[in-house]
This record gives sequence, structure tokens and C-alpha cells, in this order.
Amino acid sequence: MSAKKKSPIKLQNKLTGGEALIKCLENHGVEYIFGFPGGVVIPIYDAIVNTKKIKSILVRHEQGATHMADGYARATGKPGVVLVTSGPGATNTVTGITNAMMDSIPMVVFTGQVTTPMLGKDAFQEADMFGCTLPFVKHSYLVKDANDIPRVVKEAFHICNTGRPGPVLVDLPKDTTSGICTANLDPNMDLPGYTVQTTINKTDVKNMAKMFKGSKKPLLLVGHGVVIAKADQEVKELAEKLQSPVVNTLLGKGGFPETHPLSLGMLGMHGTAYANKALVNCDLILSIGCRWDDRINGNNDEFCIGAKKLHIDIDPAEIGKVVKVDAAVVGDAKMVVKELIKHVKPLDTNAWKQECDFYKKEFPLHYSTDKGLPAQYIIDQIYKISKGKALVSTDVGQNQMWSSQFYKIDKRDTWYSSGGLGTMGVGLPAAIGMQFGRPNELVVAIVGDGGFQMTAQELTTAFIHKLPVKVFILDNKYLGMVRQWQELFFDNRLSGVDLTGNPDFVKLAEAYGVKGIRISSVKGAPEKIKAAFAHNGPVVVHCEVVKCGNVFPMIPAGKSAYHMIVEPPKTKIK
Amino acid sequence: MKTKDKSNIHTISFLVANKPGVLVRVALVFARRGYNIDSLVVSPSLNEKFSRMTITAQGDPEILDQIIKQASKLVDVICAGEHSEEDAVAREMMLVKVKYTSTSKAIILKQVKKYQTSIIDEDDNTIIISQIGTTDDLDEFEEILKKHVVIEMVRSGKLVMVKGQEST
Repeated sequence: MSAKKKSPIKLQNKLTGGEALIKCLENHGVEYIFGFPGGVVIPIYDAIVNTKKIKSILVRHEQGATHMADGYARATGKPGVVLVTSGPGATNTVTGITNAMMDSIPMVVFTGQVTTPMLGKDAFQEADMFGCTLPFVKHSYLVKDANDIPRVVKEAFHICNTGRPGPVLVDLPKDTTSGICTANLDPNMDLPGYTVQTTINKTDVKNMAKMFKGSKKPLLLVGHGVVIAKADQEVKELAEKLQSPVVNTLLGKGGFPETHPLSLGMLGMHGTAYANKALVNCDLILSIGCRWDDRINGNNDEFCIGAKKLHIDIDPAEIGKVVKVDAAVVGDAKMVVKELIKHVKPLDTNAWKQECDFYKKEFPLHYSTDKGLPAQYIIDQIYKISKGKALVSTDVGQNQMWSSQFYKIDKRDTWYSSGGLGTMGVGLPAAIGMQFGRPNELVVAIVGDGGFQMTAQELTTAFIHKLPVKVFILDNKYLGMVRQWQELFFDNRLSGVDLTGNPDFVKLAEAYGVKGIRISSVKGAPEKIKAAFAHNGPVVVHCEVVKCGNVFPMIPAGKSAYHMIVEPPKTKIK
Repeated sequence: MKTKDKSNIHTISFLVANKPGVLVRVALVFARRGYNIDSLVVSPSLNEKFSRMTITAQGDPEILDQIIKQASKLVDVICAGEHSEEDAVAREMMLVKVKYTSTSKAIILKQVKKYQTSIIDEDDNTIIISQIGTTDDLDEFEEILKKHVVIEMVRSGKLVMVKGQEST
């Protein structure tokens, strides 16, 4: 690195807004800034030159920066930090911000902005980021005075990672970051409208506990809130005390060990058949930190008919939003479950557990290797070879659903999937973010050929920073999930899903300086997966899987779990 | 004009931070669900750091309850709540510009007196009448005036205040 020159905008013993920003980020324990510079953020990038505590990660597209910050946040529990320039740099973060909002991820996104006198005048690279992200952020700021920077940063970090986490956008005009900041770097926050609930209503908990009385078929529904609240131990204790089977959502993976005898795995559209069978047969369901997403409920009118519905959520707006509940407690999952354990008594669930075990035996997840290399086999092997201990990120589509089915997660903060927004392209950058956060662990990205190509350029980021992420591309030369829907619901009239002409992903990896491995058949596949894991650096494993594999079980969109399809249908689904 | 189902009209009061963008944030919660805001009043409160926002909207009570919950989550919203005629008083203001003739003037003035409204501007052809009252009062007077030539009408939107010791 060349000798560091003194900053030309540095004024004697005074901090610029950009320097104040970086100092504040240091004070908040920020390790990495994922970003991409441009004209109006040069004052901030100038301040980065002098920091020893924060590493600036130069991505190849701003969307990648947001997903890396997201992956970092999910793997560490700390907010991910993004820094981009105004205009296109900023608008490129909108998908990642929305993804973080939908999945309740702590993230602070700093966007450069044109100077304050130019605001609203269609200046070069001006985009109204404050305005255009309003529906997608937990909160946002347009900072017009350098002296506000320390307070805004403190508030942003507080807001993004308390209560129900979410992204905070901080729009920074260039004259704010190049101006002088003389404010105290640790000021008081000014948030009269934002209170974090630190207590729970114990009467509500007691009322909820009463609901369990007489239940013979209870079911616990573990959502992302359990993972965020680090309530996994408490939930395990509750399930074991009640002897209640447990299902988890896509983002609830890690909230309860999926290898636990009481676990029925993931429920919902592509959940396990036994989880969905339990759902339609339970007499009580307690959602812990799950927002009853339509991929779980399908059709609310037919959702858990006759069962008592209970809900624990830190966000009061979630109570009654989708499902009318018989009892609810608003609060942190860890606190509520801890209290609930005290008030519930063990239930007689032997017959119910036997029923669930019967479903497990009768409707297991399965695949066949008779007709080539199935994607499920690859994931199954990744699971077995990594002994279930890898940090896993998925992309969106079939790869995601198969991963959620076949990679069982036992520990929280080891799973990344884009649940709410379903953002194709997250898999690789999210894995990179996870690897930054947990450098000594095995990080595996399981992606499809479609999603991978949306953010493939971040292989460079993995290569430059020597991040040993293992990227498995399940290449079926289709946008598989859409093709599956077209096959099942649109008379197989395939339209806009053919990815014939994909690049040679091994050669592509090698062009990026990354090791490439190809798996084209079941034979030898485990050895190649082992070789990928053994390689001390990033690897792309190009898995040429069967072209027309479908994800089952499946509940058609808008239908209830009663309409689950366990096997490929022989006639057209109505 | 569609007749309004009064039971479906809701009045929601928000205390919000007096900052740029707050109005948009609150309005977006309504707009996202395709809800129209019938009337909206925003003005500073006693404490200059906060503004009072009063919104009337029509719709299903359950959905409006959800809207209030969502709006309450906004960092810049200090509190939000729905108010009924029982727990709060509500007033609205209306300005109406009416064109008059030598024959109609007397009739209009009689109505002005009857409805305890006042004339706040007058020239050779027009008068501007101001009325403060409940929404029903204003609706009624508006109907009366429609028998004459109304050039334009402006209504403030509803203001509410909780009765008794409690604050809104």
C-alpha cells in the first residue's frame, strides 16, 4: 500500500463530517463496511483511509454490498453496514434494503447525496433515497448538518437492532460529510416515539398458559423471532416440558434443532409432509416469532381449523394481522417463553407424538438417483459431509426449498435464506457476508444457475479477500421453480424459463481466480464435495443436475395444507 | 355523491415528531392498503418538537386498527389512537364563497344568522362565510347553501380533543 498522504480536506484538529462518521462507526464496533464509492461519498472514503479498526470491503455491485451486510448480520447478530454513493449507487441498494426489512435484519445503509443546496434540483446522480425507501425501512434520515451525524449514527444503530430489527437508511449530502462536525461523538438520542419493550405482561402469559390445559395435540411454530431473540434454549425447554412437536418456518431454522425427536422440520408450501399433516391435525398452535406468512397459512379460512391459535411476537402490529388468535403476548420471545415455561404443565401427548411419527414414516422426504443427478442428492451429501455443521446460505427458488428440506439446521445463526422478499441473487453475497462474520467456519452457498448469475461478480470479492466460501451451483438450465409452476398449473407451457446457454461455471470460476469443480453424476460426487471442502479458498462446484426435478411436497399457492401434494400429480391440478 | 356510511368513518389522532417526511410516512401506511384519507389536519402542538395530526378515513374497523398499529410503529410517531364522539369533541371549519343577487342576499343572511356562522368578507357580488361546527353541522349548512350559487368551498378537516383530564 502506498504511504498515506494527509487528507486534503482535513482541517486542524477538527473532524469533518466523514471523519466523525467513521469515528462513530468505530465506537459502535463496526468491523466491515460493505460498499462502493462515488463522487459524493469521497469525503467518507477519505476518512476510511485513517481508520485501523474498520475494513472497507469494495464490492462489485451495490446490491451485493447489502446482501453481504445482511449475511454478516445474520451470522453475527451485529448490524451490517453499507456505504454507497448517491443516485444509481443508492438505488442499487433498494432490493437489499427491502430484503432486510422483510426478514427483520439489522442493517445501516449510508447513502451519499448531492449537496444540500442542490437537493431537489435534479442534480447529477441525485436520487431521492429518503423518499424512495420510505416503505422499505424501519427508519431513515436525511442529515443536513454535520453536527447531527453522531446522534443520527447512534440512533440508527439503536433502532436497527432493538425490538423487531430492520434496516435504517442514512442519506448524507456531500456538504454534510465534508463540513465540520464539532458535536459530541456520544450524544444523547432523541427518540421520543421509539421505545423498546423490556418487560412483558405476565397476566397475558398466564392467560396463554391456561390455553394449553386439555390440549392433546399441541404444536409449536418456531419463527425467525426465536432466532433473533436467541430464545432457542427456552423454546427447547418449553417443547420438552410440554412434550409438544415443533415445526419451524424457513427463517426459523436454527430456532429449534431439526434433528430433535420432537422436530417435524419446516412447514408450509414446500415444508415436510409430516409438518403440514401435524398442522392440519393439531388442536393448538403456538407461533413464537412467526408472522403467519401466506407461504405457511396458504388459505386463512382453512388454517388450523378448530385449533386454538396462540401468538408471541415482539411486534404488536403482527398480533391479529393475518390470523385471529385466542391468546397473544407481545414481547421478546426469550422473555415470554421463559415465563411461559413456569406456567405450563406437561401434556399427555403420547398418542399425538405417535401420530406425528407415523406421518414421518409414511411421508418421508425422498428423492431418486435413478434418472441422473438430483439436486437433492447434492444437498443431502453436503449435509452429511459437513456433518450438519456448515453455515448455509441459499438463493431463491427450488435450490432454496430443497436446501431447507435436506440441510437440517440445529444451531441458530447458521442459516441464511431470503424468506419474505424471495430475492434471487442473495446466495453468494450473503455467504460472503457470513464468512466475513465467521471467518473460521465452513460457509456453503447453495444456489441455482439463475440466481447465481444475478450477483456472480462477487466471486471477485471472495477471491480478493481469500474467503473460503463453497458455492454449489445446482444447474438445471432452467428457472426451476417457475418452470415447475408452469408444468403443474399452466399445462407445461414453458415461457421465459429456459437458461440453455449458461456459461461454463467451472471456467467462469477459474477466470475469477476461484477453484472450479464439476459434478455431473452421482458417481464420485461425495469425493468432489469433500475436495471442495478441503480446498483452502473459495470454490465453485458446478453441479449439472437433472433438468426437470420438482420440489415436493407442495401446497399450491393460496390453498391450505389440506391440499398438499406429496407426490408428483398424474392429472392436472385444479 | 356517494352517501357516507357514518359508522364506517374513523377519526385517528397522531402525535408525531415535527420533522420532514413524517406526513409521508403516516400517509404511506394508509396508501399501501389502498385506503383513502378523507381529511387530514397537521399543525404544531404545544411542544414545538411535536405536531398533531388528525386523520379521518373510512373503512373496515379491523383494517383501520391494523393501520393504527402499523403507524404506531413508526419511529416518528409518538402515539396514535382512534377517538369516538363519546370520548372526544370534534370540530371542523368551513369557508364558503357564495355569489349573491339583490334578491338572494337577504335569504342567505337569514341562514347565516340561523346557523350562527359569520361573514368574513364581502364585495358587490360575493360573500365568504365562515362556519365552525361539527361535521354534521357543516354538512347541513353546505346543503342549504347549495341552493344558491356556491363559487367554492374549503373545509379544514376534523380536529379532535379528548374530553376531561386526559390528553388526546
